[in-house]
Amino acid sequence: MLLEVRDLHVEFRTRDGVAKAVNGVTYSVDAGETLAVLGESGSGKSVTAQAVMGILDMPPGKITGGEILFQGKDLLKLKEDERRKVRGAEMAMIFQDALSSLNPVLTVGDQLGEMFVVHRGMSKKDAKLKAVELMDRVRIPAAKERVGQYPHQFSGGMRQRIMIAMALALEPALIIADEPTTALDVTVQAQVMDLLAELQRELNMGLILITHDLGVVADVADKIAVMYAGRIVERAPVHDIYKAPAHPYTKGLLESIPRLDQKGQELYAIKGLPPNLMAIPPGCAFNPRCPRAQDICRTEVPPLAEVTVDEGPGTVPSRPGAEALSRLSPPTDNGAGRQSACHFWKETLRDA
Amino acid sequence: MAELSKSNEPADATPNVSEVETVDAATESEAVAAIEAPVERGEPILQVRNLVKHFPLTQGILFKKQIGAVKAVDGVSFDLHQGETLGIVGESGCGKSTVAKLLMTLETATAGEVFYKGQDITKLSGRALKAVRRNIQMVFQDPYTSLNPRMTVGDIIGEPFDIHPEVAPKGDRRRKVQELLDVVGLNPEYINRYPHQFSGGQRQRIGIARGLALNPEIIICDEPVSALDVSVQAQVINLMEKLQDEFNLSYIFIAHDLSIVRHISDRVGVMYLGAMAEIGTDTQIYDHPTHPYTQALLSAVPVPDPESREGRERIILTGDVPSPANPPSGCRFRTRCWKAQDRCAEEVPLLAIPERFVGKDTPAAHESACHFAEEKDVVHAA
Repeated sequence: MLLEVRDLHVEFRTRDGVAKAVNGVTYSVDAGETLAVLGESGSGKSVTAQAVMGILDMPPGKITGGEILFQGKDLLKLKEDERRKVRGAEMAMIFQDALSSLNPVLTVGDQLGEMFVVHRGMSKKDAKLKAVELMDRVRIPAAKERVGQYPHQFSGGMRQRIMIAMALALEPALIIADEPTTALDVTVQAQVMDLLAELQRELNMGLILITHDLGVVADVADKIAVMYAGRIVERAPVHDIYKAPAHPYTKGLLESIPRLDQKGQELYAIKGLPPNLMAIPPGCAFNPRCPRAQDICRTEVPPLAEVTVDEGPGTVPSRPGAEALSRLSPPTDNGAGRQSACHFWKETLRDA
Repeated sequence: MAELSKSNEPADATPNVSEVETVDAATESEAVAAIEAPVERGEPILQVRNLVKHFPLTQGILFKKQIGAVKAVDGVSFDLHQGETLGIVGESGCGKSTVAKLLMTLETATAGEVFYKGQDITKLSGRALKAVRRNIQMVFQDPYTSLNPRMTVGDIIGEPFDIHPEVAPKGDRRRKVQELLDVVGLNPEYINRYPHQFSGGQRQRIGIARGLALNPEIIICDEPVSALDVSVQAQVINLMEKLQDEFNLSYIFIAHDLSIVRHISDRVGVMYLGAMAEIGTDTQIYDHPTHPYTQALLSAVPVPDPESREGRERIILTGDVPSPANPPSGCRFRTRCWKAQDRCAEEVPLLAIPERFVGKDTPAAHESACHFAEEKDVVHAA
């Protein structure tokens, strides 16, 4: 496994209290694989990624537990200078807003070349040639002429290509893309996602795609982790989750998006608002918004239980036994499996 | 005035652009009376004709000299009927927000007319303009910046009454504001809170309540849900549909999310680089698009169904949108179009029903500004 995040906990200590942003996240990505992390703002999807990259603001952020295994070694135990060698060279990140992520007073050539100067000890002149090569690779027309231009001279799509070029510069094993196309128009979004997928195939990289767009996920992901209030509530291979979600939150999300190919009736809307991270509801964090909530949901945190697709609705064995079993063994991510953190995942799955 | 507007009528007048019945109002009070008159459901309430907005590009500091113009909107015509929702889609920079501002008379049009109940609002002033503005309201994109952080919710929603006191007498305002909060699904007791105490979705409800305050007939929504989370988007869309039925509103719904536009709109117009590329009912545009740009736009939308990802044909456009300061000659889309031929560079395609479909009873027979318009279903093709 290329990257394994195990039971990660992150909190932010602020003047108003402790915000529990990530509460036990476990996921993994293999080389050449695309994991989509789906969630609304405040679900902890970006914070998890920042912890993996080691770019979390600490303080106020604090990693209070868990492991991040990258190619077998625990990144959280590395010293800062060792961590720096991993960042950029072994794993890289693409940010949402390319205009504010690029330095406005340096030319794009300088910024791309910096990767080679810092990590590879190249001369500035060689680094510039490398920068042109990279810009060609992400299909920026007239790369040679444009290498000396500043970020504001590029369009949004071209800037995002430069971000991709920068992430790819040292051919890392893992790329984390945090909402890479959210700020782009649909036609440009399609270009950028295509480019990213092609480069990923070519270099056999692992890709973590962080997004809230269910459409983008369906287009590129191999497996999906749905996050809510700092926890993964459902994890599944991409085809299963769209066919039959096993968590009421995923189901709600899928039903709340209008369709392009037909005119629907009134949209299903998940009632209420995402929870305040300083006061996450007891039990299942989704219970105040859940149409299926029962008493048990308000008191007991549902474990991330293995989902098995049974033959028919009549043959479902009683649930408590399976649940106790999954509570004994900590949640693992063997890659292919499917899990849901809902007391009533069987009922949800059957309804779908 | 009636004569003038007829001669300005675009040559390609078709069902989407009906004949304008102008009202000749000699005095201001006559104009106001015409504006207050009710319009039958389904009748055109707003008729936009050849609307143009050019922003000048200047050079020099003291002696400014115009060296060109950004052609943000370059000859747009459409009708809005009473009680319907007209969706306008397009990429950033296509001029859709400028159209909204022109309709609100927040910008002055360079040329063209906007007829509201038969009166050209680009030429109105004084009391008549004020009456029009009362009837056309706007909901903005970003609920974080469109509400004044130093005002309470009650003041924000009640502010329109300061300008139009005839809608709610002074003693009645608080009750009216609380009613509005209730209508948009917020607790009326929140009246003394400040915007920062609300979430994004709640703030957008406040923005909608402000838009409703003066009982307008038309609400122009400029990307009203694009800043919201998916689960909250659906709540706001449902609210807007409910309010439309309740208050008999007409919406102009501007967005870049094509799925949401289809969901809410009765008719849809696709804009590219300041001009309308294609316009028709939602079925005509989404299931039977004939303009290559619409087809590319629709095929680029990621569909939340992983089963279709291998089979779907995607038209990936090359390059970026050209600068509106220097749009291509002839058809504006030709630089990115795979069908482009010599004719496209020389001749501007008119927004009209393509010749091959004229008189045919097919959903493809709707206005499309392309010389080589051809029906192609890109949404269902799997």
